[in-house]
Amino acid sequence: MTYIGKSVKRVEDKRFLTGKGKYTDDIVLPGMTHAYMVRSPHAHARILNVNTNKAEEHPGVIAVFTGKDVAEVNGVPCGWQVDFKNGDTMKEPPHKLLVADKARHMGDAVAMVIAEDYATAKDAAELVVVDYEPLPSVTNAVDALKSGAPSVHDEAPDNRCFDWELGTDKAVVDAAFEKAHHITTLEYKNQRLVPNAIEPRSAIGHYDDTNERYTLYTSSQNPHLIRLLLCAFVLGIPEHKVRVVSPDVGGGFGSKIFHYTEEALVIWASNQIKRPIKWTAERSESFLTDAHGRDHTTKAEMAFDADGNILALRAKTIANMGAYLSTFAPAVPTWLYGTLLQGLYTTPAVHVDVTAVFTHTTAVDAYRGAGRPEATYLLERLIDTAALEMKMDPVELRRKNFIPAFDGIEQEGYTTQVALQYDSGNYQRVLDRALEMVGYKNFRREQEKARQEGRLLGIGFSTYIEACGIAPSAVVGALGARAGLFESAHVRVHPTGKVSVYTGAHSHGQGHETTFAQVVADKFGIPLEDVILEHGDSDSVAFGMGTYGSRSLAVGGSAIVKSVEKVINKGTKIAAHMLEASEADIEFAEGKWSVKGTDKSVGFGDVSLTAYVPHNYPEGLEPGMDFSSFYDPANFTYPFGAHIAVVEIDKETGKTKLERFIAVDDVGNIINPMIVEGQIHGGVAQGVGQALFEGAIYDESGTLMNGSYMDYTMPRADDLPSFEVDNAVTPCPHNPLGVKGAGEAGCIGSTPAVVNAVMDALAPYGIHDVKMPTTSERVWNIIHANGNGV
Amino acid sequence: MKIPITITVNGKKHQAEVEARTLLVYFLRENLRLTGTHVGCDTSGCGACTVLLNGKALKSCTMLAVQANGHEVTTIEGMSTNGTLHPIQDGFHQKHGLQCGFCTPGMVMTAADLLSKNANPTEDEIRHALEGNLCRCTGYHNIVASIQHAARAMNGASTTELPKSKVTTGELSMSE
Repeated sequence: MTYIGKSVKRVEDKRFLTGKGKYTDDIVLPGMTHAYMVRSPHAHARILNVNTNKAEEHPGVIAVFTGKDVAEVNGVPCGWQVDFKNGDTMKEPPHKLLVADKARHMGDAVAMVIAEDYATAKDAAELVVVDYEPLPSVTNAVDALKSGAPSVHDEAPDNRCFDWELGTDKAVVDAAFEKAHHITTLEYKNQRLVPNAIEPRSAIGHYDDTNERYTLYTSSQNPHLIRLLLCAFVLGIPEHKVRVVSPDVGGGFGSKIFHYTEEALVIWASNQIKRPIKWTAERSESFLTDAHGRDHTTKAEMAFDADGNILALRAKTIANMGAYLSTFAPAVPTWLYGTLLQGLYTTPAVHVDVTAVFTHTTAVDAYRGAGRPEATYLLERLIDTAALEMKMDPVELRRKNFIPAFDGIEQEGYTTQVALQYDSGNYQRVLDRALEMVGYKNFRREQEKARQEGRLLGIGFSTYIEACGIAPSAVVGALGARAGLFESAHVRVHPTGKVSVYTGAHSHGQGHETTFAQVVADKFGIPLEDVILEHGDSDSVAFGMGTYGSRSLAVGGSAIVKSVEKVINKGTKIAAHMLEASEADIEFAEGKWSVKGTDKSVGFGDVSLTAYVPHNYPEGLEPGMDFSSFYDPANFTYPFGAHIAVVEIDKETGKTKLERFIAVDDVGNIINPMIVEGQIHGGVAQGVGQALFEGAIYDESGTLMNGSYMDYTMPRADDLPSFEVDNAVTPCPHNPLGVKGAGEAGCIGSTPAVVNAVMDALAPYGIHDVKMPTTSERVWNIIHANGNGV
Repeated sequence: MKIPITITVNGKKHQAEVEARTLLVYFLRENLRLTGTHVGCDTSGCGACTVLLNGKALKSCTMLAVQANGHEVTTIEGMSTNGTLHPIQDGFHQKHGLQCGFCTPGMVMTAADLLSKNANPTEDEIRHALEGNLCRCTGYHNIVASIQHAARAMNGASTTELPKSKVTTGELSMSE
């Protein structure tokens, strides 16, 4: 193989490096207008009146729309339904494009001002007078469940969206706890994160009344899904007259999966004013309106016997949904979280109970890892804490409880207590490699020495598994998804043997234009530069489910392989005719169809040309070389890995310095190691961000207190070390490339490793728990609160 | 009221009339259609809008276009010559220093400023120089490696590979 497995440099780099990338906000259409949103400064307020007169009179203003104008237009829908345990339907209050009755979170959109230019729209927005009656609000999900808490929606007066459970019979789990030798308990908040893709969201709506067609340019991870939701659920416009384009997108991390109100608004309003409309978020709007991540309040308990074998796990989680149900929100604290609570361990009894709650905050949905980081945090914090409590080595405790290696072919997949069947795994191997890299035995000696010197040096572990490559459509359908989760691919071989590949996956940093081309070039035995990948435009790509859940290669790549195989099979028929041989005697390798055992062959280009110039051609065979495929996976894929963090805490300041970070991941087969490595790096950085720095903070009035880059701390270059990364390969047994997915692994594994390292560093003080993020302030305070003043 | 300005951008003199409140970044993006300079925030926190003003890195959202009157600006579009990437751009390509590409122009311009002042920066010096530029994709590891690569190419700098980056993903070292 010439390309697969090689660190081929990215073909998309040049346009980004020369400033020629084309992001949504870079696009200018003739006659384009600009929109600015008037947003609620209150977390909860009744809207008594909206006066737009002055704004409408402002020079350069074209139109001002309010909630009343879109009262008859549907809101944006939720794409996943999780019903109550007792069978009651999930509470699903409407999420209108502009609110007319009440604002339910800070940043809820009340009016849209459209003007000739952006500055004018912004000026005029200040002239819109909204008469608010502020109402009591609640931002914390635990508080929202208390009796007498303010209701977010009349449809859910107690703020319960749904409740849910999964796992072993609760009585069996409780019985296991009864006979436990040791129980480790953690009560914590997995704090709310703001995704913060560096490109703010942007959308351009264009209604062309000459042919009654709409075009939406949007910074989205899945343009086809946006088109479907926009047409069928929100605006009721014909899907075949709507084109959705996601051009270059500057990072997503989940936050650009969802169908947002602004996308529907610019399309709807462009039909009202018959001109294109661009809306681009300011960063402060991104903080208030991009779906947030995490925000779980959890009590988790793990039961052990005297030898450290895990007997049972039980967890209760209250999940904050925010004010509205974002597109995939119900799936995140349920099927993407509870299902991962087996972890890498043979725990015979697992039970999880989740209550999803509305609050007066920005909607919460999938953010890099989506549920799986929360599950991993729960398990891996419990394990390291249990090791501290039971005075065992955290590595030994893991080894003792690991599921033994299995390849999913000779040995069956591993069936968990929480509804999954792992495909293949070798968990001991990644941990062994990570221990070797960190030099574990030496480290403990160094740590002992450091402690004698009064230095706070710590090591933390995380061995994780995740479920990605989502997912079999029938399975997710049974679990409440209102969409299929297949992927489509179209491979068009041109008469000269050049190849265009159209994928329903969308690249917003993942490097698909390179990786997918590597696969196709290798399979056809042609040069990489003869393959071009197209994505992100619903006019050229027939259909797609987009990129999230580390699914592009596992699902989208498999669809491409299917089309590639169809090309090769048809080529075999053509080649057999050209070579005057029987099809059974033809084999394809290295870009040539050959008659087995002879030197007679025809090349890829010859066969391609013959397909389009079919003068001498197999009887009954259609001309052309152009195949579409859909691939619906048989199972999720299950990457896993071992992460180790080494930190040193400065007693004087409480500051944690991340000294080393080791990540050994197994993401199945790898097409481009350079790109996989980059994905791991980025994921680790985001996971470290959650451990040490990040977290949305609401005050008592429901104001987001740190909604800017001056206040919300993300890792910067000097906060991080160079990462030490290696990998193992346990191929996925159920997809043609044997790949598992690498986009989220780094983010899923890293957070608990860092927090565990902080706790290990603080162990001499008897401190086992610090709220996340473990900021300098928190660490300093807890050291001092325990009477350990320095 | 519009104010006449003359700014040299990427070696070419531009005369325009702008409103006093127009930020340099919007002048570049909207008047000159040089959309490689990006806007990622509204508090000068992300560095995606970094350009060179008279050779020094500057966040172009912190300056009014009228303040740049009479000065020389270099944007990402001015870094390559006749289709050949500048060594810093090439460093990012060689070392996979970019993913989504949105922060990349700002990173390249900041790196250009750094390497003009310090031909042979250490890893720590590079990380310190980048602290005004946010990247959410790369974890910075490969950006640091990219700038080291560029330093070697431009200045024969002796910086070695990142000391800890014994990354062997390509070797599949654990596969059996």
